[in-house]
Amino acid sequence: MKNKKRTVTAKQHAAGWIYLAPATLLIAVMSFWPIIQAIITSFKTGSSANMQWAEPIIYNYKRMFQDQLFLRSVGNTFLYLLVEVPIMLVLAMLLAQILNNKDLKFKGFFRTCVFLPCATSLVSYSLIFKSLFATQGLMNSILIKLGILETNYNFLGNAASAKAIIIIALIWRWTGYNMVFFLAGLQNIEYSVYEAAKIDGANSWQTFWRITVPLLKPTIVMTAIMSINGTLQLFDESVNLTNGGPANSTITMSHYVYNNSFGTGVANFGYASAMAFFIFILVAVLSAINMKVGDKRD
Amino acid sequence: MTKKRKVSGTQKRLIPSYIFLIIVSFISVFPFYWMISAATNTTVEVARGKLSIGTHALENFQKLTASQDLWGALGNSFLYALVQTIVALFICSLAGYGFELYHDKNKDRVFNILLLAMMVPQVATMIPLFKMISKMKLLNTVWGFILPAISTPFLIMMFRQNSRNFPVDIMEAARIDGLSEFKIFFKMYMPIMKSTYAAAAVITFMNAWNAYLWPKVVMTDNRAQTMPMLIANLAAGYTVDYGVLMMGVLFCSIPTMIVFFVLQKQFAEGITGAVK
Repeated sequence: MKNKKRTVTAKQHAAGWIYLAPATLLIAVMSFWPIIQAIITSFKTGSSANMQWAEPIIYNYKRMFQDQLFLRSVGNTFLYLLVEVPIMLVLAMLLAQILNNKDLKFKGFFRTCVFLPCATSLVSYSLIFKSLFATQGLMNSILIKLGILETNYNFLGNAASAKAIIIIALIWRWTGYNMVFFLAGLQNIEYSVYEAAKIDGANSWQTFWRITVPLLKPTIVMTAIMSINGTLQLFDESVNLTNGGPANSTITMSHYVYNNSFGTGVANFGYASAMAFFIFILVAVLSAINMKVGDKRD
Repeated sequence: MTKKRKVSGTQKRLIPSYIFLIIVSFISVFPFYWMISAATNTTVEVARGKLSIGTHALENFQKLTASQDLWGALGNSFLYALVQTIVALFICSLAGYGFELYHDKNKDRVFNILLLAMMVPQVATMIPLFKMISKMKLLNTVWGFILPAISTPFLIMMFRQNSRNFPVDIMEAARIDGLSEFKIFFKMYMPIMKSTYAAAAVITFMNAWNAYLWPKVVMTDNRAQTMPMLIANLAAGYTVDYGVLMMGVLFCSIPTMIVFFVLQKQFAEGITGAVK
């Protein structure tokens, strides 16, 4: 009897591994193996058919840190990250807090509206924003009618305004997405906590910063990690909204890597792999820091 | 009487909230309205800032189908997204099930290693993956499209977390009844977990439909292109016809918008799926 039971559990145990095998193998082959290959390729030069070890071996990495265009793409990506992510997360939290009020009417309607931008693909909304802010676009005609502008302004032809529009577009697309996380997080906070704060005479601003924000910390850390991860990999917007322009002033890291591997120019898989590996390190390090910071404040 | 006054008092205090929400809602919805209006107007009218619905929808549509293989791209996008959804759900739910219900130390270790894949950026793997897929002669095929995307740590985690609520007792009961291990998965796990499957399906379909970087790399033939690739091409020319462009964007957005409106709850669950 005992013996029979053991064979059953052994069988179950083996079955467990069979369930995991396809997914695990796929991740190993489609994520881990390629990243190892990318590291190896990053030490090589030449075209894709006959690649050789670089001379010196760190040639691509040396080149990377002297490449003004790459450094600019890093700078741009960090600018988007540092401006967009905090604004978006605070806005998302604020909206979630407002929508979580049990006295609020038309909650479902407002939630759907704020969440709606998530229904567009990244290419779609990039093209919508590109058209809205075109020299002959709607924003120009509105601003002229209002008397703010005298002549049509080329928003996407100016480095500063083009960057601003990418940031505005990102906030538009992702605020509702993050709000969903905060709404889920807020549902775990007991309403009595807010009642108690109200009795103690806290206004809604104080309640937000002193109660909501600390209690939502796990959600904040998670959304921050996701947003940082996503922003560091920004591609669709850079390609479709500004095409990196004017004169590469809005290009992102991923866009530059793409241009160096599959873009219109000469394909340089070795150099592109070195830059891609750099992005990988950035994502990993920033996520790790974020998780550490999140842990500490407990 | 006093109760009514109290209620209206609460509503009065909420006026700033309502104003804020109305402004944010307007900003969120307006680009959609503008997309629809622009799709029905000529490019000249769009440039003039016309906001009302126009009468040139058919004309824009005809110009779009004349210059682009709209039905081909729509068909491709549907095919890739549906196949990816079905295969990814099967593989990842199987793994989530295994990791949670058969878990032991070694499996937990494997799971933690798999989670690291979340940090691997797409640009870092696209060159080796492109070489691999082209060696396998899968460029411009549905398998080339889905292979890197069908096993994701996110979906596995989602199924694993949601499996915590799975009633383990009935598995034991099923075993005593002589059901094989795999039949337990198909006949008991799948039906019981259908809400998780629904959320996972919505999020996977959306991601597959909206994918851009990988299709751009792996779909080198125009006939294999997806909707996002098609509309990106529309906008890449020197002179852009905004009416036609927005008609294309509209076609690219309709499927995801339908999914959004019909399955909004599942979509929200899918986004936050792995967090519990």
